[in-house]
Amino acid sequence: MAKATAFDPRPWYLLSPALLAIAFLVIAPICFILVYSFYINVDLGVDEVAFQFGNWQDLLTDSYYHNAIWKTFRMAVIVTVLAAFLGYIPAYFIAHTNFRRKWLLLLLLILPFWVSFIIRTMSWIHIMGNQGAINGVLIWLGLTDEPISMMYNEFAVIVGFIHVFLPYMILNVYVSLEGIDRNLEPAARTLGCTPWQAFREVTLPLSLPGLAAGSLLVFVLTAGSYVTPIILGGPNDFLFGNLIYDAVVSELNWPMGATLSFTLLFLLGIVVVIYSRFMGLNQLYKALS
Amino acid sequence: MAQVELRGVTKSFGAFLAVKTVDIDFQEGSFTTLLGPSGCGKTTILRMIAGLEKPTGGDILIGGRRVNDVPVHKRNLGIVFQNYALFPHKTIGENIAFGLKYRGVSRADAAKKVSDALDIVRLPGVEDRYPTQLSGGQQQRIALARAIVIEPDVLLLDEPLSALDANLREELRVELKTIQHRIGVTSVFVTHDQSEALAMSDRIVVMSAGRVQQQGEPEEVYNAPATEFVASFLGAANLIEATVASADGADVVVDTRHFGRFAVPKKAANGLGPGARGKVVARAEKLKLYPAASAPEGGVSAPGTVEATDYQGQIVRYFVRVGDIQLQSVGMIDGSPFQEGTEIAVGIRPDECVVLPAEEPSE
Ligand SMILES: Nc1ncnc2c1ncn2[C@@H]1O[C@H](COP(=O)(O)OP(=O)(O)O)[C@@H](O)[C@H]1O
Ligand SMILES: [Mg+2]
Repeated sequence: MAKATAFDPRPWYLLSPALLAIAFLVIAPICFILVYSFYINVDLGVDEVAFQFGNWQDLLTDSYYHNAIWKTFRMAVIVTVLAAFLGYIPAYFIAHTNFRRKWLLLLLLILPFWVSFIIRTMSWIHIMGNQGAINGVLIWLGLTDEPISMMYNEFAVIVGFIHVFLPYMILNVYVSLEGIDRNLEPAARTLGCTPWQAFREVTLPLSLPGLAAGSLLVFVLTAGSYVTPIILGGPNDFLFGNLIYDAVVSELNWPMGATLSFTLLFLLGIVVVIYSRFMGLNQLYKALS
Repeated sequence: MAQVELRGVTKSFGAFLAVKTVDIDFQEGSFTTLLGPSGCGKTTILRMIAGLEKPTGGDILIGGRRVNDVPVHKRNLGIVFQNYALFPHKTIGENIAFGLKYRGVSRADAAKKVSDALDIVRLPGVEDRYPTQLSGGQQQRIALARAIVIEPDVLLLDEPLSALDANLREELRVELKTIQHRIGVTSVFVTHDQSEALAMSDRIVVMSAGRVQQQGEPEEVYNAPATEFVASFLGAANLIEATVASADGADVVVDTRHFGRFAVPKKAANGLGPGARGKVVARAEKLKLYPAASAPEGGVSAPGTVEATDYQGQIVRYFVRVGDIQLQSVGMIDGSPFQEGTEIAVGIRPDECVVLPAEEPSE
C-alpha cells in the first residue's frame, strides 16, 4: 500500500538560487540558440524571424558539415588517447613519489593556467616554426640545411591540444591514483604478480574512473575548440568549432551559426550521457573539487 | 630448523638508519612477534622478508636459501596488512583465489580451496560479496584466508588487529593463534601491543630504534628483561638505582639508596661485578604494599606514601613515593584499598628482581 507523503517544499527553497542560475545562464541561452536556428539569414548580419528548417536541411544534406563532424570526432579521439597515455605516466609518478613536497609538483601542473592558453598555443610557433627552437638546433648541429616544416598541419594542432589539455588528464588520473590503498600492489606482488601484473590487476582498473573522467574532459574540450586549429593548423585542419566561428564572425550568418552550435552541443551531450551511463559523474566532481 | 634467518640485516633510507644490524632466527612453524614502539623498524623488517624492501646490508635466508635477490612474487609468502588491503574491485572469492590464479591452480581446484579457506576463517559462503560489504573484522579474516590459501612458506602479519575495536581484537587474536597452530605455518607477527605479543607468541623479539633489544620466550622476556627498555616496555616495571657491593657467593649483594642493601640471585645480576652501577628491576605486580610499620620481618622494604591510585575494576594501580622516586604497584583489590596520602611500607622480593647494568646514554 502506498503511503501518501506530504510534499515538502523546503529543499526546493534551498535549491532555488542554483536552479535560477542554471535556468538563466544555461537553459535560456540554449533556447535562444535553438530558436535562432529557425530564422532566415537574409543578408550579412540581417536575419528574418521565421520558423523554417532551411538551416537544418543544409546541415543534414551538405557533406561539408558531415566531414567536419567526422574530422572533429577523429581529432578528439586522437588527442584523448594520446593524452591518456602521456598523462598517466606523470600522474603515476606524482602519486607514488616519495618527494615530500608533492603540492609543488601539483602546482607546476596548474601553473600554466595562469597564462592565457592562446599565448601558450602560440608559443609552439617559436618552438616548431621554421625559425623556431627545434629547427635552430637542428641547423646549428648541421643535421639539416633546410628547416623542417612542422607547423600549420594536423600534427601541430595535436601537439597544441595535448599541451593545453594534458593537465586536466593528469589531475584526474592523479586523484584516482591517490585514492588507491598503497598496500594493494604489494599484496598482489606477494600473491605472485610481477610488478607489471600487479599494476594491471590492481592499479589500472582502480584508476579507470579517473582516466575516464580525464578522457571525457579532454574529448569535450578538444571537440569544442576552434582557436588551436586557427593558430597552429593549416587551411584544411579546421574542426567543427571553426565552422561555427566562420558562420558567426566571418559570414555574420547567425541562424546557421546557431544551428551548428546546437548540433555540437547535442553531439557532445550524447558523449556525456554515454559516459555517465557507464561511469557516473561523481568522479568528475572529485577531480574538480 | 630456522625457516627465516636475518643475518646482520641493515636498512637505511637515505641517511636514516631504520634497521641496525639485526640478527633473528624464526623457527619453522613458530609464531614469532616483533614488538616495539611505532617507528622502530618492525614493518621495514617485515617488508624486507617479503622482498618489498631491499636490505642495505646483511642477508635474509628463507628455508636456508639466500633470498636477497629473489623478487617478491617468487618468495611464496603470505602477508596480512593492518588495513586489510583487499582488492576492492574483486569479489571475496576472486580476492582469495588471486594467489592461486598466479600459481596455475585450475578453476575447480581454486574454488574448492577458496571454500576451504573460508571455512577455516569461519566465513563460509561469502564468495560473491565485495570487500566493502563486510565488517572490518570479517575483511581481516578474508585477508588471512587470502594469505594462507596459497600455503605460504612464511606468513607475515603487520599489526593485523590494530584497526579493530578492542573486543573484536581479543576474539580475533585467539582465533588467529588457533589457525596458525592448526596449519603450522611459520609466522612473523608485528605489533606495538605488548599484551598481544605476550598472549600470542612462541617467541618475542623486542625492538627499539631499529635495534633488537632482546629475544626470547614471552615469560623470559617479561621476567628477565635484558635492558631497561624491555623492562619498561613490557608491563610496568620499577627501576631502582643500585651499586653492586659484592659478588662472591651464590648471590650478588647490591646497595640501593631507598631499600638499603640486599642480595639477588647471581644469575639475575647479568654478570655485574663489585662496584658496578646498575638498576634493580622490580615489576609493578611484584611490589607489595603494607600498612606502615607492618612490613614483614626480614623482607626488603622502604617507607613510602601513596600519591595516586588508579582503579581498573578488580585491579588497582598505586603510584607510590619513596624518597625522591616514584614507584608503581599493581595488585588485586583485597579488603579496602589504600587511600591517597596513606603512609605505607613498600616491599620488594629480591629473589624476583633482576639487576641491569646502567646504560650509557644512547645516541
Ligand atoms: N620508504 C621510507 N622512506 C623513508 N623512511 C622510511 C621509509 N619507510 C620507513 N621509514 C622510516 O623508518 C622508520 C621505521 O619505520 P617502520 O618500519 O614503518 O616502523 P614500525 O613499523 O616499527 O612503526 C620510521 O622512522 C620511518 O619513518
Ligand atoms: Mg609499522
